[in-house]
Amino acid sequence: MHILLRGREIANIKQLDVYEAHGGFAGLKVSLAMKPAEVIDVVKASGLRGRGGAGFPTGVKWSFIPQHEPIKYVTVNADESETGTFKDREIMEENPYQLIEGSLICAYAIQAKAVYIYLRGEFWDIGDQLDACIEALREKGYVGKNIMGSGYDCEVYTHLGAGAYICGEESALLNSLEGYLGQPRVRPPFPAQKGGGLYKEATVVNNVETLANVPFILTEGAEVFKAIGTEQSAGNKVYCVSGHVKKPGNYELPMNTTFRELLYEHAGGPLHEDRAFKAMLPSGGSGPIVPLTDEVLDTPMSYEDAEKIGTIIGSASIIIMDETVDMTWVASKVTKFFKHESCGKCTPCREGTYWLDKVIDRILDGRGSPDDVKRIADVAENMAGTTLCALGDFAANPIIHTIRHFPDDFAQHVQAQG
Amino acid sequence: MAIIGNPKYEARIDHHLAKYETKRSAVMPLLYIAQEEYGWVNPEGIEEVAQILNLDPTQVKSIAGFYTMYSERPKGEYWLQVCTDLPCALKGADDFHAWLKEELGVEEGGTSADGMFTVEHVMCLAACDKAPMLQCNFHYVENLDQNKMRDLLAKWRQEAAGASNGHR
Repeated sequence: MHILLRGREIANIKQLDVYEAHGGFAGLKVSLAMKPAEVIDVVKASGLRGRGGAGFPTGVKWSFIPQHEPIKYVTVNADESETGTFKDREIMEENPYQLIEGSLICAYAIQAKAVYIYLRGEFWDIGDQLDACIEALREKGYVGKNIMGSGYDCEVYTHLGAGAYICGEESALLNSLEGYLGQPRVRPPFPAQKGGGLYKEATVVNNVETLANVPFILTEGAEVFKAIGTEQSAGNKVYCVSGHVKKPGNYELPMNTTFRELLYEHAGGPLHEDRAFKAMLPSGGSGPIVPLTDEVLDTPMSYEDAEKIGTIIGSASIIIMDETVDMTWVASKVTKFFKHESCGKCTPCREGTYWLDKVIDRILDGRGSPDDVKRIADVAENMAGTTLCALGDFAANPIIHTIRHFPDDFAQHVQAQG
Repeated sequence: MAIIGNPKYEARIDHHLAKYETKRSAVMPLLYIAQEEYGWVNPEGIEEVAQILNLDPTQVKSIAGFYTMYSERPKGEYWLQVCTDLPCALKGADDFHAWLKEELGVEEGGTSADGMFTVEHVMCLAACDKAPMLQCNFHYVENLDQNKMRDLLAKWRQEAAGASNGHR
């Protein structure tokens, strides 16, 4: 059953009348009949956790917003830029009204005056579509003054970024939206606090997939949602599968589904029959890489189970590599990404990614030494935990974990030098 | 040519100025408008955006320089940004990118001699299941191979014989 990718079952659900005919805006209607704090309690009870990567409990995040503050905002993180992630895109392309409905429920729950949807700049066409959706909603009284006759007012706007991974980091996103460089802020104050959010007002920043779950929770009830998945990972998750599988794509599955079921039953198994799976990046470039052993394959794709095998689910951008792939090359590719996307604010990340890239290039060229492999591991370990945002940690991960799990892949490039 | 006082952009500029709490927030959408008008973010565009928002041109230029989608030099009619990030590279995007540059006779970031095509590689575009792919003037073109690309290049060359497609 799809909660999110309903466009696959219901033709034209991206049209407002079709969305309404299939229960659209029932969740907002239910919410508007409740007290705002009661809506937050329902979302808390559902066990919904943030789908952008960090997995923070959504209802708890909403409850941090001080009720007495007169001005509050919701910003939707639609900057989807993690290597290998393409789920928010499908939700917004094929089921846009559900995202907007979820955003409005969040806005009502914290009594926000406006919602800003921050899209990565490359989602230009999606931005146009969402703008048209917002206008259609305004005409029918779902957006603007006195929403559905409730007396609650809220505006919804889109904002296009312009090509910067860092703007998916919530405080960088807020800076970018305010017209400053998209660089992370020092916290506290956190976005939920006065002084830390958009225009210094208390702000909820939630991922697209997170908010698209909310209408279902309000119409079906927290218990129904909580019954899906595992104890600590409620609901479905959209898993983005790419790389060496037969059928790459998005798969929406309960969070107790195993990697084996995803990769063999849904994604069709190895792209080339005669090649075995070698490794998986389960959370794009930013999470630790793992070898695709039987133990890993039989692990459920939940927040807590992923931790047990030494990695994270994150945004669930699952990149699969077969036995022909050299992990030194993978480390290089991912490092080039983070070097390009480092915003330059914190020295360990700005300088660290630059030097990691140079030394890995040397290793790949056959000009490196065994000491170079130790050197990049050392640089990576010294970056981790030393930066304002997680990008520095993300950039350290591919080095530390590719060397840990696949030392031979590095050794083959440096052996000639001795 | 200008964006200030240009009826083509008046309503859009007003819309962006109205939707934010501060004028400064409109710097990104206004830079896109400048890029659309001039084909790139040139000094005139920077000056105009700064004037509309009561900012210093240096502040506007720093924003333009931070993001990859604002071009700080002229481009070809068709700006081709090929994703060569890991998931696409696993499906042959590096080879595709190298082939495309050779086919058009351009270096990385360069423009073909006829001024038609600028080619550069970019990071993940959230189309990993449809590799190789590229973005042409910000619109996605997916599931590519050399044959499809040759057909597209021919089509775009024909198109360009007509009106300008307009950069956004």
